[in-house]
Amino acid sequence: MGSTSSTLLKIPNVEELVQETGFSPAHIIRLYDRFKVLDKEGRGHLCPKDFGAIKELAMNPIRDRIISAFFSPGKETVDFYTFVKIMAHFRPVDKDRPKDPNSPEPINSRSNKLKFAFQLYDQDKDGKISRDELLKVLRDMLGMQVTEEQLESIADRTIQEADLDRDDAISFEEFRKSLEKVNIDHKMSIRFLR
Amino acid sequence: MESYLFPFDSLICMLLGISFTVGFTLLLVFIIVPAILGVSFGIRRLYMNSLIKLFEWATLRMERGAREKNQHLYKPYSNGIIAKEPASLEQEIQEMRRGGAEPEFDMSDIFNFCRRGVESIVDDEVTKRFTPEELESWNLLTRSNYNFQHISTRLTALWGVGVLIRYGFLLPLRVTLAFTGVGLLVVQSSIVGLFPNGRMKNYLSDKVHLMCYRICVRALTAIITYHDSENKPKNGGICVANHTSPIDVIILASDGCYAMVGQVHGGLMGVIQRAMVKACPHIWFERSEVKDRHLVAKRLSDHVADESKLPILIFPEGTCINNTSVMMFKKGSFEIGCTVYPVAIKYDPRFGDAFWNSSKFGMVNYLLHMMSSWAIVCSVWYLPPMSRMEGEDAVQFANRVKAAIARKGGLADLLWDGGLKRGKVKEVFKEEQQKLYSKVLVGSSEDRSRS
Repeated sequence: MGSTSSTLLKIPNVEELVQETGFSPAHIIRLYDRFKVLDKEGRGHLCPKDFGAIKELAMNPIRDRIISAFFSPGKETVDFYTFVKIMAHFRPVDKDRPKDPNSPEPINSRSNKLKFAFQLYDQDKDGKISRDELLKVLRDMLGMQVTEEQLESIADRTIQEADLDRDDAISFEEFRKSLEKVNIDHKMSIRFLR
Repeated sequence: MESYLFPFDSLICMLLGISFTVGFTLLLVFIIVPAILGVSFGIRRLYMNSLIKLFEWATLRMERGAREKNQHLYKPYSNGIIAKEPASLEQEIQEMRRGGAEPEFDMSDIFNFCRRGVESIVDDEVTKRFTPEELESWNLLTRSNYNFQHISTRLTALWGVGVLIRYGFLLPLRVTLAFTGVGLLVVQSSIVGLFPNGRMKNYLSDKVHLMCYRICVRALTAIITYHDSENKPKNGGICVANHTSPIDVIILASDGCYAMVGQVHGGLMGVIQRAMVKACPHIWFERSEVKDRHLVAKRLSDHVADESKLPILIFPEGTCINNTSVMMFKKGSFEIGCTVYPVAIKYDPRFGDAFWNSSKFGMVNYLLHMMSSWAIVCSVWYLPPMSRMEGEDAVQFANRVKAAIARKGGLADLLWDGGLKRGKVKEVFKEEQQKLYSKVLVGSSEDRSRS
């Protein structure tokens, strides 16, 4: 228990976080409290098991993919800083942000949201969604409710429509193009209160 | 020097002696005698009302101070940090399809699952239920406050005085009362046990139990409002209530007589259990017997079939929930086939949080917390009796009772299992989501292939 200002002091690099992610200090405190609740053993970082303990997440068909999105390749833990940066992907797009060509692209830009979604498909991180990877995602989302043939036909159709350079895989650009008309901001944003 | 101290010394002794006697007499008159007779002076209610006024003042002061210093007042949101999409998964997927010619897999479908997943990382319904409820106003207990900073000397001084009163005066008083209550319970029920079985024994045992529980209620400074007492549980039935803390037992048992159910413990608890059983029949299970569901069911039904025995008190959630919701009821007690008397218990968190987080705090720690809070204020509603209807199975009956309790107590009715505090989610929930999604996708392609 402490005051707002003392909680802010406990969180490392708050200024940087606010700058980079666009969250307000109040949001960061909220996320910090949540981080502490998830970090049951109080180690200061989270591991996949801590995410697995969230009941509502456990019933999500693509739970494992979402969890691994939080961990950089090869790392087994995620600290608060990285946690917030990844959460920042889900901030609604700032409509009134001035288009400053020199500043880096904000984390919650449309392009970065698409990149986040792309990595959910592209598990081996080779920059392309292969037919196999697509099948795996479909199997995750549909479970045992459909047959292998149905899955394959869905996968074939999807690649046919999106794969423009005919290499039997979907690159990030093709992915982006096929989702041109989709309102990414609406689908990939979480409304943070206050 | 020494002769100087002597008269002083005896004066102090005399003063101490007098204050002890006076204190003890007051204790007796104002607390124990009313407990025996079952009447109340209304002191506790007066206390509660003055505390409310005090808390309101303290909160206003804090808000004013925060505004002056231009800081963010950390206002806890009981609704969570994010505004979640109110539509269910099925509705969302249907929405996706509207406007399109045919429902087909789209690579953006994954966004929905992804967003829901991340939403639950930030804020999920279940983890919330196992942490203490957040308060909107401050109750001068630092354990429930995020905003405590030095806003004004007056406020800090008030808090300091509060600490002194709670730990220096209230806590020792309550501990004494608690020991008295428990001691009297053990001694008196053993004495009653010596009587031959019959109406006299039952009458005495009821009186003894009630008296001791009432003393314990005062030991916690519990201010309880009972509603709808005409629905109080009768013999030959089972009383079912939502569970927030071990104190629930004391709260209910101080207003009526129940047969308790539980595991046999060693130590002090064991002594109490053995003494209670001498006066009237309770159901204590050995650890090994607990696993045998048939044995448990049989003992419960036998007890219920005997009209002369008291109604059984059961908490079907199986574990302590933080009093903002009611979780899944275990169906065992609903299979017995007798009348069920539901009871809803709602604590007022402003005075002291009664929730016992058994994974975080031990029992002694918890009791100390309870006894050093201002008071425990709660409301008890006795709901009209319910029985299992034709064609209803135990699970449906349990859910019906649960919904009634949740509605009456103003608690959220959740499907989740209280066992989730410690256990893992069943795969079947994940399959539900997969089914929903596949129905939209593949269900439609079947239509297409037909046409």
